[in-house]
Amino acid sequence: MLTLSGVHTHIGQYHILQGVDLVVPRGGLAVLLGRNGAGKTTTLRTIMGLWKASRGTITFDGRDITKLSTPDIARAGIAYVPESMAVFSELTVRENLYLAARNGPLDAARVDWICGFFPALKKFWNYPAGNLSGGQKQMVAIARAIVEPKQLLLVDEPTKGLAPAIVQSLMAAFRDLKDTSTTILLVEQNFNFVRTLGDSVSVMDDGRVVHAGLMHDLAGDDALQQRLLGLSLDSHQ
Amino acid sequence: MSATLPIAQADAPLPAARRDIAPLLLVPAVVLAALPFMSFPTWITLTVAGLAMGMMIFIMASGLTLVFGLMSVLNFGHGAFVSVGAFAATYVLLPMRGWLETDSLLANLGVLGLAVLLAMAVTALLGWAFERVIIMPVYGQHLKQILITMGGMIVSEQLINVIWGAEQIALPLPAALRGAVFLGEAAIEKYRLLAVVVGGVVFAALFLTLNRTKIGLLIRAGVENGEMVEAMGYRIRRLFVGVFAAGSALAGLGGVMWGLYKETLVAHMGSEIMVLTFIVIIIGGLGSVGGCFIGSLLIALVGNYAGFLAPKVALVSNIVLMIAVLLWRPAGLYTKGRH
Repeated sequence: MLTLSGVHTHIGQYHILQGVDLVVPRGGLAVLLGRNGAGKTTTLRTIMGLWKASRGTITFDGRDITKLSTPDIARAGIAYVPESMAVFSELTVRENLYLAARNGPLDAARVDWICGFFPALKKFWNYPAGNLSGGQKQMVAIARAIVEPKQLLLVDEPTKGLAPAIVQSLMAAFRDLKDTSTTILLVEQNFNFVRTLGDSVSVMDDGRVVHAGLMHDLAGDDALQQRLLGLSLDSHQ
Repeated sequence: MSATLPIAQADAPLPAARRDIAPLLLVPAVVLAALPFMSFPTWITLTVAGLAMGMMIFIMASGLTLVFGLMSVLNFGHGAFVSVGAFAATYVLLPMRGWLETDSLLANLGVLGLAVLLAMAVTALLGWAFERVIIMPVYGQHLKQILITMGGMIVSEQLINVIWGAEQIALPLPAALRGAVFLGEAAIEKYRLLAVVVGGVVFAALFLTLNRTKIGLLIRAGVENGEMVEAMGYRIRRLFVGVFAAGSALAGLGGVMWGLYKETLVAHMGSEIMVLTFIVIIIGGLGSVGGCFIGSLLIALVGNYAGFLAPKVALVSNIVLMIAVLLWRPAGLYTKGRH
């Protein structure tokens, strides 16, 4: 569904992505792992056109989107949940979702479906999103991304700074989302969060993808984890 | 498809939404504080005059603060739209002077409405061109913005001289809006009442647009995080241009109101009011329309009261007020993206 071929991204004088090759298969959940500064967030932002690739190509559904503007990429069917969540703090939960429903009014059935994942949204429907807790803001950010059907959902470190109970809720939500037609590309550092969720996995280091394969294989191979991530599964249990 | 999942902390009590009402209380506080120092009729007259002037300043400044909030553009050329708006209105006001000299309020307002429409259309168009030619190359570069927009204003003023001549143009008030109405012993100029009404309508329209329409929500969201608005599929560039043109049109409207208030038009009338306009948006908080509204009323009221009680103090009252507000709230009454 999404293919990055030899993608380079420069931010100012810094050469962040140095030839990223990444394939996200249609359906299921693909995970992008890597240490801090490996280039995971830059990869997502480059896919979204928020930072322009200086070289390489990005194709989505067979269409070259490398040079498209961010709104055009979003309109092509890609939703983005940034690491900062970027909820509009002055707007209410309802207004945040209303803006995300670009193609018309809010679909009540879909909102109910989303509130099935995140009941807190309904409770705080008319509250300014800025007043919510970190976990609740994350729910708003994800709800906003799926309030209209999208083909691909890019999510950047959704568990960062969240309490374990909220992380469990997010995990359950992503598990349910996997059953829909939406493909998910999830950037994470929390290996425990993604090891049972992910179908495929890519590992980044120094601006390149250094490993790509099935999550099942990586989760079952301590030595590979140690080599790629500097950890073993046991250390997370 | 749906599955109700246990959401931890979903039932946790939410902190009550904090409403920052302290700045809202400033205007009534200033108005009431002035009352013991003057007679009641004088207080009424000065208060209405202050509100009228405040509304006119708000009309001129609101577009500027919105443009800064959404686009982070310091447009020192905003005053050009004030001047051009006033001068453009003369294309209606001068040929139809006969209609303005009749005592019919309806005829006066009709002509005035036509003049305002023309002024707003011309300044919106000018704003669109200004954004494309002058602002677009310097997005994100504040120093260059200041230099190039000041240059743009100088060029605009010279163009006004070329088109309308270097001489000042007299712009008498419509007959039905001359003089004053009396509330007991308090005299209130009719035109100032009109200014209060127009300012109130503009504020209400802006408030409703920003709070009750999708485009308004987009503007508010764009002020807070333009990148995320784009990532949701909206073309914020078009929003920028639209807001810039709308802000320029408001300046044009303000220019017509200000020109009629002064009853004289000069090319640099816009640049003269710019200092006051910037003080207002700094007091209000750069990017905040509500803050701009309160700041405009405060500046005008304090200036009026000070001018009556201690004329020498009036010369510095704006600066003193700005310093006092910034000592209290260094980012202005309201921060960007809120209110």
